[in-house]
Amino acid sequence: VSREETAMQRDRAVTIFEKGAPGRRAFTPPALDVPERPLDELIPRRLRRTTEPLLPEVSEPELVRHYVRISRRNFDLDSGFYPLGSCTMKHNPRLHERVAALAGHARLHPLQDPARAQGALELMWRLERALSEIAGLPHVSLQPSAGSHGELAGVLLTRAYHADRGQRRTKVLTPDTAHGTNPATVTMAGYELVKVATNSDGGVDVEDLRAKADDDVACLMLTNPNTLGLFDPNIEEIAKIVHGAGATLYYDGANLNAVMGISRPGDMGFDIVHFNLHKSFTQPHGGGGPGSGPIAVSDRIEPYLPRPVIVRRPRASGNGSADSYEYDLDEDRPKSIGRLRGFQGNYGCFVRSYAYICSLGAAGLRDASETAVLNANYLLARLRSLGVCDLLPPAYDRICMHEFVLSGAPMKRELGIKTLDLAKRLLDHGFHPPTVYFPLLVDEALLVEPTETETRETLDEFADAIAAILAEAREDPEIARNAPYTTPVRRLDEAQAAKRPVIRQPL
Amino acid sequence: MSRYTAVTDADLAAMLEEVGVDSVERLFDEIPAAVRLDRPLELPDGLSEAEVYAHLRDLASRNSSAEDELCFLGAGMYDHYVPAVVDMLTSRSEFLTPYTPYQPEISQGGLQVMFEYQTAICELTGLPVSNASVYEGPSALGAAGYLARLANGRPRFVVTRGVHPHARETLRTLSAGYGTTVAEVALRDGVTDLDAWRAAIDDDVSAVFVAQPNFLGAIEDLEPLVEAARAHGALVVCMADPLTLGLLEAPGVLGVDVCVGEGQTLGNRLDFGGPSFGFFAAREEHLRRMPGRIAGETRDVDGRRGFVLTLQTREQHIRREKATSNICTAQALNALAGVVYLAWLGRRGLVELGELLVQRAAYARELLSTVDGISLAHDAPVVREFPIALDVDGVAGVRRVIARCAASGVNPGFALGREYDEYPNGLLVAITEQRSRADIERLAEVLGMAIAAERAELGVAS
Repeated sequence: VSREETAMQRDRAVTIFEKGAPGRRAFTPPALDVPERPLDELIPRRLRRTTEPLLPEVSEPELVRHYVRISRRNFDLDSGFYPLGSCTMKHNPRLHERVAALAGHARLHPLQDPARAQGALELMWRLERALSEIAGLPHVSLQPSAGSHGELAGVLLTRAYHADRGQRRTKVLTPDTAHGTNPATVTMAGYELVKVATNSDGGVDVEDLRAKADDDVACLMLTNPNTLGLFDPNIEEIAKIVHGAGATLYYDGANLNAVMGISRPGDMGFDIVHFNLHKSFTQPHGGGGPGSGPIAVSDRIEPYLPRPVIVRRPRASGNGSADSYEYDLDEDRPKSIGRLRGFQGNYGCFVRSYAYICSLGAAGLRDASETAVLNANYLLARLRSLGVCDLLPPAYDRICMHEFVLSGAPMKRELGIKTLDLAKRLLDHGFHPPTVYFPLLVDEALLVEPTETETRETLDEFADAIAAILAEAREDPEIARNAPYTTPVRRLDEAQAAKRPVIRQPL
Repeated sequence: MSRYTAVTDADLAAMLEEVGVDSVERLFDEIPAAVRLDRPLELPDGLSEAEVYAHLRDLASRNSSAEDELCFLGAGMYDHYVPAVVDMLTSRSEFLTPYTPYQPEISQGGLQVMFEYQTAICELTGLPVSNASVYEGPSALGAAGYLARLANGRPRFVVTRGVHPHARETLRTLSAGYGTTVAEVALRDGVTDLDAWRAAIDDDVSAVFVAQPNFLGAIEDLEPLVEAARAHGALVVCMADPLTLGLLEAPGVLGVDVCVGEGQTLGNRLDFGGPSFGFFAAREEHLRRMPGRIAGETRDVDGRRGFVLTLQTREQHIRREKATSNICTAQALNALAGVVYLAWLGRRGLVELGELLVQRAAYARELLSTVDGISLAHDAPVVREFPIALDVDGVAGVRRVIARCAASGVNPGFALGREYDEYPNGLLVAITEQRSRADIERLAEVLGMAIAAERAELGVAS
């Protein structure tokens, strides 16, 4: 392994605040075209600040070069394979950026009179109908800003539903395999968390659920397929137990990409579902957002949906054409839990996801899920054929859905390298590693989600890379333990960062 | 196979053989028949790229955007100019398409952007700690409420009606979960009624919430408002418009604990309400109660400067039910737009732009007050937005006037009576740097004619 510094490594990190010089600027203000009045007359001096914020002072070329240079210090989905489990890193079609940038969408004010925002409201209505059909639940709110926001909406809806029946339930159940957002949401919504065990097949332990589902339970939050990448075949029984206890059943839609057009949460018995438009529906993830987390709900939950809701009415002079409906925002929702945020949600994400659904149609969405599941099973089979699974066995040896979990425990025992080391060595091979150390249930876990948009060749290259890293570690485990070598920086001291936090540039 | 998948018949055969099943259908055998969908989804057939473009363009054409009319509408989001460098940088694959930076060695670009963004937000707010963004403005205020809940657990919030109505409602929605009640304090002469404010705060108050400038555009005198809360040990949360913070005293200097706000005014387009970003800054003592991602500086094994997500033991993926928030995906790309915009404006530009807004708004306010049927709704100092009162019949009359102006290609503002019973005839007018003197004069002319027409019609009717 070459220890020579790469060009990128020699180029040390310098922030925009350390660049530039006093007096430089990228901005030319528009001319003052009104009679100037003394500022003191308009805003009393005591309300104004005396020291200006120390923002950068750079020219436009400096600004562009700075951010282009640091952008190259990122790995991204357009450059390479990104099998980050639970995150559904599928291709982001560029058409979506083009249509979202059209002025009629991008420069539309959120408080525009609905009569003059009919295109936007129709788009939202159509997206709601499509998501409703995919979920198998009749009502949709697009308002939540991300999956965790949708979860919070769902648990608050549950609270409102029980309160409306005069019930004060105090507990919410989640499996011990749940995404971290589920338990965090439970606490934020004022409930006590109760964990349900996982059975030997990787599904919900039905007897444990039965024992815990008493009349103090408000809701069970579930992901299906779950975070182990497995479809829970006992879902009907689970729904029966939860509903029998008078609780609601909540679907974490992070894994919806496995079942679009194949199986619907509503048909499984779920009352509330959230979607991640930035996972299954191609909203680019932006390095940590924006996302969007619409929810679909059953009839009994509908009265409590966040307001406003989009309504469609026949126009008085309807003639049967598309123009014969008008769309509006209904604020008058007496049982609504209220707003979760400003305005109508992340509309720019709606435009992209709606465009995606239009591109694929019913058959294309089903093809996406089938291919996602095929790619995952193929990759797992390739790893098996290459002997990788002797050291990285699947945590549950079944047909998987769109993702699968490997355990790095035998690798750690026999080769002396941890899952983290394998992940870091993958960086040198030009791959984004899978999700590591999640789910918590599996020792040294690797959660691998290839998605449907990758070619067989890419899956083969990735499997080969893992096999090569294991072979290399058998010869010399130090190589992986000290990886990566070729990235802009090498392993970073996270403990030091947390112990003495430096979270802004000293100026 | 769609245009986004790549499994040919030959691939399929080879892949199924490798897996050891004879059809894709077999891969779904675990799903019980009773919960399988036995029909195609009822959705239209897929379309070509050109067809999808045409459909989305048609929908766009049925909206009247700030490109199509002279827009004086604000009330929380504003038609400021978004520079070309923002579009260019936010559309780069390297920033657009990665996930949250879980692997710092290959995410230094995004992590450094977060670090720079946090620095800029600390500078604007005068507070030492900022996270890497939350969803947007109103839910940022809600998140500040949850921080207060974690900090002191007292049973009541007090919020001035100067806070954006959507933010007040969001605070109520979220606090209903954990049981903190919310009391509102009225406005007087456009700003928070100080006597009522003092009377509403006691030792049971967890946090108070103010806005700067407030929803009516007025600049609040924060000092006495902060003092009243601190006397009872309540946290002070200020929702600020970041673009005004080149001119107005930094909330942190005035003693607020948490400063949050809507980041749309910093280089983010209107997008019918989102995505934009929310910012969240606080005093040092709240560092370990902050929601969301925080980037921190460190070194790699060879001593190079680098950045990581830090203080993660606050977060849901580590701390689960004991996390300080459930937030995971936030608004990294929009926060990038924010920091690029601030660097583009620069140290002087932020002040110059603020001063231009103040001068143009003052001109507009004076001009409109001379129009027949218009009076000022308050005369407190403002930066870019102010309410006027129209001599027409309540909120319905104001809405009819707005519709009349629309017919002349002018969107004159927001009908305040939609949210404020106390201002039934109010119209909230926002002036951005994209509205010139000529545009303002056009507004005065069109609004004057619309009011006259409305009154003439009512006169005829009565």
